[in-house]
Amino acid sequence: MGEIPNADGVGTVGNPVCGDLMTIYIKVKDDKIEDIKFKTFGCGAAIATSSMITELAKGKTLEEALKITRGDVADSLGGLPPIKMHCSNLAADGLHAAIQDYLKKKGANK
Amino acid sequence: MDHSAGMPVDPRVVEAMLPYFSQQYGNPSSLHSWGNEARKAMEDARAKIVVLVGAKKSEEIFFTSGGTESNNLAIKGVAYRDKDRRNHIVTTTIEHMSVVNPCKSLMREGFNVSYVPVDKYGVVNVQSLEEAITDKTILVSVMYANGEVGTMQSIKEVGEIAHRKGALLHVDAVAATGQVPINVENENIDLMSISSNDMYGPRGVGALYVKMGTRIQPIVHGGGQERGLRSGTENIPAIVGMGKAAEIAKAEMKAESERLSRLRDKLIKGLLESVPSSFLNGHPTQRLPNNANVRFSYIEGESLILSLDMLGVACSSGSACTSKTLEPSHVLLAIGLKHEEAHGSLLFTLGKQSTEDDIDYVVDALPDIVKRLRAISPLTPKELLI
Repeated sequence: MGEIPNADGVGTVGNPVCGDLMTIYIKVKDDKIEDIKFKTFGCGAAIATSSMITELAKGKTLEEALKITRGDVADSLGGLPPIKMHCSNLAADGLHAAIQDYLKKKGANK
Repeated sequence: MDHSAGMPVDPRVVEAMLPYFSQQYGNPSSLHSWGNEARKAMEDARAKIVVLVGAKKSEEIFFTSGGTESNNLAIKGVAYRDKDRRNHIVTTTIEHMSVVNPCKSLMREGFNVSYVPVDKYGVVNVQSLEEAITDKTILVSVMYANGEVGTMQSIKEVGEIAHRKGALLHVDAVAATGQVPINVENENIDLMSISSNDMYGPRGVGALYVKMGTRIQPIVHGGGQERGLRSGTENIPAIVGMGKAAEIAKAEMKAESERLSRLRDKLIKGLLESVPSSFLNGHPTQRLPNNANVRFSYIEGESLILSLDMLGVACSSGSACTSKTLEPSHVLLAIGLKHEEAHGSLLFTLGKQSTEDDIDYVVDALPDIVKRLRAISPLTPKELLI
């Protein structure tokens, strides 16, 4: 939980109007997620899913991380009520957005 | 501190109700003495409601299944009665869904409904109200007090305006029942919805005050109980309970409302002073004695509720995540809050069992919860993270 200053990739999803806003920060080394942190404005499920996804993604390769689905997040939490499934969707989107951001920056630096 | 969601039934009310389940179980419509007993109990209860609201006579009180049904009966019953001559209703943007949805339903049937805005404290704009009423307006519906932000309206003035322009005034007094003194005669009220469970009475029963001479028709048809306005075998135990609750509320109102107001103000002051970037929702003084609605910037209500629940404190919120529809409270939006401000609102509703220790406990616990959630939130400005 928290920010990573000089993060290699940052992904922000959701918006405060809907009531859920997540930011995922990643630090990448040798194509692996060396460190990952989150910041969330949202309900209990939003905080839990964003926290859980950072645990699931840490240490994984970017390819493995991109394969993490909202189902994986929900299962790791022991299941989510159906009305909260969109929160786990948001967490997965946030991770993917952070990875895309990193790849774009890397591509731009080539 | 979530009495707006559920209140315990007063033990004195339960005691009054018990004989009417298995011993005095007569039907008030029967002609024999068992029926008479039940009818007498019902009329005694009705008389107590008359006293609570300042009505003139028992014939003006009709029992229903609760506040929602009373609101439906008042709005639809009056609208249908006069629809050929007039088909316009005026209400506000902060009404309860049991007023909003009957109006929506009537709109689908060809009625017109105008929604008068409120100011940032939730007070109805009386000028807009006056302008909204036309010669086609049959009914004005304005709640006595809003159960979410606590704001109380100047009903007497609203009634004056409605009558001057030829319309009836319906007041949803569910949130205010038993908390503050109401006098339907003095306050220019033609119809008023009264709740039982909001004054420590049983659920499943309520009442509608209908001023003598008001044109209204039933929405539930059947055997003709309640002088034809509300058919259905009367729920005697519940009605007796509601009567007892009304009697207790009337007797204890002054002392209890003073006590609750003191606790409420201590809670509000404590929270606003100990948590930075916190604000009161609703009017600072014209508010229900039991209502404290406070918003905290940069964080969300459901996560606050869960954190407080873990410490044994119950409350509710206007955030989207806590509503069945995933929409933030329409009342908070109507008083001008942005979505993210509505999401960060917390509602405490105090009751008979609330003590000063409870207030101190919450004021003590909340600042750390807010700090923790603000550390997690991306919206928190750096200055508040120290």
